[in-house]
Amino acid sequence: MNLYGKAWKFGDNVDTDQIIPARYLVTSDPEELGRHCLEDADPEFVKKVRIGDVLVGLRNFGCGSSREHAPIAIKAAGVSAVIAKSFARIFYRNAINLGLPLFETDAAERINQGDDLELNSATGEIQNLTTGESYRAHPLPVFAREIMAAGGLMKYVARKKGLA
Amino acid sequence: MPMTITEKILAAHADKTEVRPGELITCRLDLLMGNDITAPIAIKEFEKVGATSVFDPDRLTIVLSHFVPAKDIKSADQCRIAREFARKHRLKYFYDEGRGGIEHILLPQEGLVVPGDIVLGADSHSCTYGGLGCFGTGVGSTDLAAAMITGETWFKVPESMKFHFYGRLGPWASAKDLILYTIGQIGLDGATYRAMEFTGEVVERLPVDQRLTLCNMAIEAGGKSGIVAPDEVTLEYVKPRAKRPWKLYRSDPDAAYHSVYEWDAGRIGLQVACPYSPDNVKPLEEVAGVDVDQVFIGSCTNARMEDLRIAARIMRGKKVAPYVRCIVIPATHQVFQEALREGLIEVFSEAGCAISEATCGPCLGGYNGVLGAEEVCLSTSNRNFPGRMGHPKAKVYLASPAVAAATAITGKITHPAEVATGSA
Ligand code: SF4
Repeated sequence: MNLYGKAWKFGDNVDTDQIIPARYLVTSDPEELGRHCLEDADPEFVKKVRIGDVLVGLRNFGCGSSREHAPIAIKAAGVSAVIAKSFARIFYRNAINLGLPLFETDAAERINQGDDLELNSATGEIQNLTTGESYRAHPLPVFAREIMAAGGLMKYVARKKGLA
Repeated sequence: MPMTITEKILAAHADKTEVRPGELITCRLDLLMGNDITAPIAIKEFEKVGATSVFDPDRLTIVLSHFVPAKDIKSADQCRIAREFARKHRLKYFYDEGRGGIEHILLPQEGLVVPGDIVLGADSHSCTYGGLGCFGTGVGSTDLAAAMITGETWFKVPESMKFHFYGRLGPWASAKDLILYTIGQIGLDGATYRAMEFTGEVVERLPVDQRLTLCNMAIEAGGKSGIVAPDEVTLEYVKPRAKRPWKLYRSDPDAAYHSVYEWDAGRIGLQVACPYSPDNVKPLEEVAGVDVDQVFIGSCTNARMEDLRIAARIMRGKKVAPYVRCIVIPATHQVFQEALREGLIEVFSEAGCAISEATCGPCLGGYNGVLGAEEVCLSTSNRNFPGRMGHPKAKVYLASPAVAAATAITGKITHPAEVATGSA
């Protein structure tokens, strides 16, 4: 599936306190969480981001707490995928479980704020329509692609257990 | 093939004789944990797919810890969802305020975590449990929800990093200084996806409380888990409280490690993590004298009896500095009671500290000590990212309870030796 969106560029160690500050953890309502996505990093972000846009970080994206509120807020803000040089472990698991596509590649450095991107989550291919460059992210492990294809971990487990 | 303690525990729970780093395996889980922030989402996911029973109600514990007693209507609702679920599914180990506390201190205290376990907690500091010689790791709510149904989860077997501390801890130094130093050396992603194994004579001499502190902050270096091999000290702690049988594992002497660090603990003095990252670590001497507005002695990192004893020793008979406030929150209700019986609560109260029932509270900027813009706090907790304890412009320094107590008395970041009357 191809995704199109504009790049929102952040730096190293975008942590979960910046993605969704703890003061908003009294709810798990996606819409409300989405309204505060990245508020402490860029208070204007939620106003400016458009459906389908892509977050681009550098090293250790999503470090910090285990709060699933982080990928929930990112998805609810309209973001279609995250590209980074590396991801923190729990964020990586959570994103896969919720079906938020991640692209891990050193090429994150070459993407600038506002670049137009075309992404393919199956192949890991990234086209930078602004610069004309193309990059390829490490493909997701097979089981992770199975979870994504099932529509997230819960659907995957429910199917395996014969619940759904 | 030689294996590390982590590989042995994972292999045993996957019914394999051996596992290798990088291998994807499915493991049986001994204990699952959710709290008032993460359990409600897990419960919603659990119910959404039509699941009707938990794989084993004695192996899922829910601990209300972060915003309790409820700080507002929304947090009350989150607690209510968790409480109703616990009642409906007859969870044997459900902890409400007044009986529980912060999960990572509570579960070892209650004997719910034992050596050799795999513990999956929907909270990043679930790596704390490794201090008892088990594999504890944090996940999100959906991972918890799936495990609530199946009793198992997938892991990629992590590579292990060894941190070997030899020599002797200097005066006033503690496990907090060792772990801050470690994070300062390897950085915020220095152990991402890996297990951090702590060894050496210094670690062997640490009481369990401090081993838990050591493993607690593995996540601040990106670690999947932290672990200390169980020994006599562990068993002395575990025996009177264990709710299940335990199993002792040790790394083979020739096990393979991603990397090995060997440090002389005697050369690691008191350490402070400066704003705005737990890896921005400096020797205390370099930041001594910085004015603070608040001191927080609490959190799953440093609010056990050991921690409160040392803080009280420094604060006894003294007063918190003018225009500075000090908040003390024992980590569990039991710690609170013990501190009460030992007279520590009186020491803190006489000194002018604000004391509360066990909660995470200000550690995550929840309530009970949230910081305003530009305010400076010295905290015994584990994170100081922008906005972690309140306003994004507030500044948080992380240090040990000894440094925190001394700082509360003078109002500036202070070496405990300058304030303490007795010896270390
Ligand atoms: S005390 Fe702080 S770090 Fe520990 S569980 Fe609570 S919020 Fe998390």
